[in-house]
Amino acid sequence: MDLGLNEAQQMLKTTAQDFLSTECPDTYVREMEGDERGYTPELWAKIAEQGWLGLIIPEQYGGVELEFQDLVVLLEEMGRYMLPGPFFSTVVLGGMSIMDAGSEEQKQEYLPRIAEGQIIMTLALTEPSARWDAAGVELTAKAEGDSYILNGTKLFVPNAHVSDYMVVAAKTGSSDEDISLFVVPSQSDGISQTLLKTIASDRQSEVVFDNVKVSSSALLGNENKGWETIKKVMQWGAIGKCAEMSGGGQQVLDMTVDYAKQRTQFGRPIGSFQAIQHHCANMATDVEGSKFITYQAAWRLSEGLPAEREVAMAKAWVSDAYRRVCALGHQSHGAIGFTKEHNMQLYSRRAKASEIMFGDTDFHLENVAEIIGL
Amino acid sequence: MDFKFENVDEDFRSEIKDFVEKELPWNWREQDLDPEDEKDSILVREFKRKLGDQGWLTMAWPKEYGGQQASHMRQVVFNEEMAYRGISAGDAGIRMVGPILMLYGTDEQKEQFLPKIASAEIAWSQGYSEPDSGSDLASLQTRAVEDGDDFVVSGSKIWNSAHADSDWMFMLVRTEPDAPKHRGISFVLTELEGQEGVTIEKIPMMWDAYRGLVTFDNVRVPKKNLVGEQNRGWYVGAALLDFERSGVDRPARAKRVLEDLVAFCKENKKNGRLLADDPVIRNELADLAVQIETTRLMCYNVAWMQSQDLIPNKEASITKVYGTEMINRLYGLGVKIMGMYGQLDPDSKWAPLKGRIENAWLRSFGGMVAAGTSEIQRNVIAQRGLELPRG
Repeated sequence: MDLGLNEAQQMLKTTAQDFLSTECPDTYVREMEGDERGYTPELWAKIAEQGWLGLIIPEQYGGVELEFQDLVVLLEEMGRYMLPGPFFSTVVLGGMSIMDAGSEEQKQEYLPRIAEGQIIMTLALTEPSARWDAAGVELTAKAEGDSYILNGTKLFVPNAHVSDYMVVAAKTGSSDEDISLFVVPSQSDGISQTLLKTIASDRQSEVVFDNVKVSSSALLGNENKGWETIKKVMQWGAIGKCAEMSGGGQQVLDMTVDYAKQRTQFGRPIGSFQAIQHHCANMATDVEGSKFITYQAAWRLSEGLPAEREVAMAKAWVSDAYRRVCALGHQSHGAIGFTKEHNMQLYSRRAKASEIMFGDTDFHLENVAEIIGL
Repeated sequence: MDFKFENVDEDFRSEIKDFVEKELPWNWREQDLDPEDEKDSILVREFKRKLGDQGWLTMAWPKEYGGQQASHMRQVVFNEEMAYRGISAGDAGIRMVGPILMLYGTDEQKEQFLPKIASAEIAWSQGYSEPDSGSDLASLQTRAVEDGDDFVVSGSKIWNSAHADSDWMFMLVRTEPDAPKHRGISFVLTELEGQEGVTIEKIPMMWDAYRGLVTFDNVRVPKKNLVGEQNRGWYVGAALLDFERSGVDRPARAKRVLEDLVAFCKENKKNGRLLADDPVIRNELADLAVQIETTRLMCYNVAWMQSQDLIPNKEASITKVYGTEMINRLYGLGVKIMGMYGQLDPDSKWAPLKGRIENAWLRSFGGMVAAGTSEIQRNVIAQRGLELPRG
């Protein structure tokens, strides 16, 4: 057993903290909240230089070939610094879909370009039904000669507006799980996008597919076998989000403890009051739990072990824990924490967005209920 | 990151399982046994002796004292398996008095006590809390006055197990009333059995058990029973002992309870519907399963830190406060699920699961108070762990 980070992970964490504190200060995060793209190509290029875009891509495709658990260490810091932009959608959603289901040719085509920062990707999975199960995929892809024609609407698609390619989940058969994946150029004829205004000021879109024609070479994996890949991507996505939330929670705890030491009322620092101390102790407990429940699932996914139970438990726990941590952070900060000027609100808005992504607590608790035999 | 136990420890886990299955009746739970029933108490004593024969009770002890010097993670395996199976293995003698004597005891004390502690011949009672000194333990007032070769002890000790045939008490007494409160305390061992001036009362608790209240009226304790230096007793009692102290027994015990509740929900109906089909109950039980799992991992971390010679400080308090509160929520959910039946005492023929959920729920409130209340633990997390200023 080794519940700590290994040397390489520790180094990655330190490097990430150094890089992000310089390149992604809160001023940048705030600027990007109102930016049309939501990130700057300059920072994107620097991230590519760090090798992070290819962190888990095999060396033969130009990556660094580290493991998923290493990526989790990096995502933790990205959550702490609230890195805006399409890193998650490109690496975890698009990239890992292709790594899992792509043919040799498709891997050759996309993975090196992801690693080098040349393309931005995303996953178009959810629809207006907002379901995370296979029945939620109603967009259809009909084979027509050497092509497929896609029709339907995707909703809550992250960073679609800046993406070069979307991995689109489409229904290709009669049963719920007859789902196929397609790598679709985002600028294809018949695709129209509308940005959504969201709580976390992230960039999610409604993407309408109106007779979008793609070549059959765009099919990712086998026809009607796409849901197998989606299930894995949902696990990676859920744990990736847990890592971001865990890092964000740590930062909210640190900020709150610092504030409690400085802020004086009744002639003493508020951190000397037991009420505030107990808020902080509860936050520390939630953060501690988040870390280990996330790491356990990340480790199992890295090792290729079955992880349904651990992923469901992690997403259920961390989604609630991060929201609790932010709520206590706000309570301890008082009014100043609610102001736009303060960073607290940046975290609590993101906490809500992450909580509901890839299944909220209730969704995952139902999975847990089945797993424990109910 | 590596969440696997060593293969040898997993083998050890199987060894324990095989042993228990061979030695104990199926579906054994110590809490179901009737302490008044002679057959039951013989069974418990016999089984403890067998555990002792395996060398498992003192596995955390160094080899020079007859222990196995087992790694922290191996102790975790043992403690998990015992707790899951409802076996209480390891008493205050083995976990506290023995290790304290190894650190601070004289050769004579070690010789006198360690073998009897290891063989569980002496039942120990803890003499820390007093009627007026609970969370503020260092304010304790039980006096020990030097008189020749003895201390003369007067005062009272509460919430202990002295009523349950304890032979000896390890206790904190005030030997220097004028010193700052932490520096006038000594750690002494007092024989209770047949001791003049000792009165033991039983305090009935709201669950099915008693706690002891011991009154000392000029009780003579030989000075040779002083452990460590005089007036340094606070630090003797607070020594960080090197056995696994993650509290992993709580999630292990909780796992068994959760399994019982899941089985109960698959067999019982409420308002004509199987409990297991009720979405609210599914959600709540799953939520507890997640809390148990998170507790387990946080406990593993405490033991793992110990194995790395790191000192779990806030981490140990986190597992204590979260673990005991989780247990309270779990039993609370259990009695809630049972509805009208949740109120039945263990001796009712109608009581589901032998009434053990109801009784354990009542007892679980005690868990959040004993050995450092949740409030004190949170103070420790905040002040020592997060370095917030003391009030």
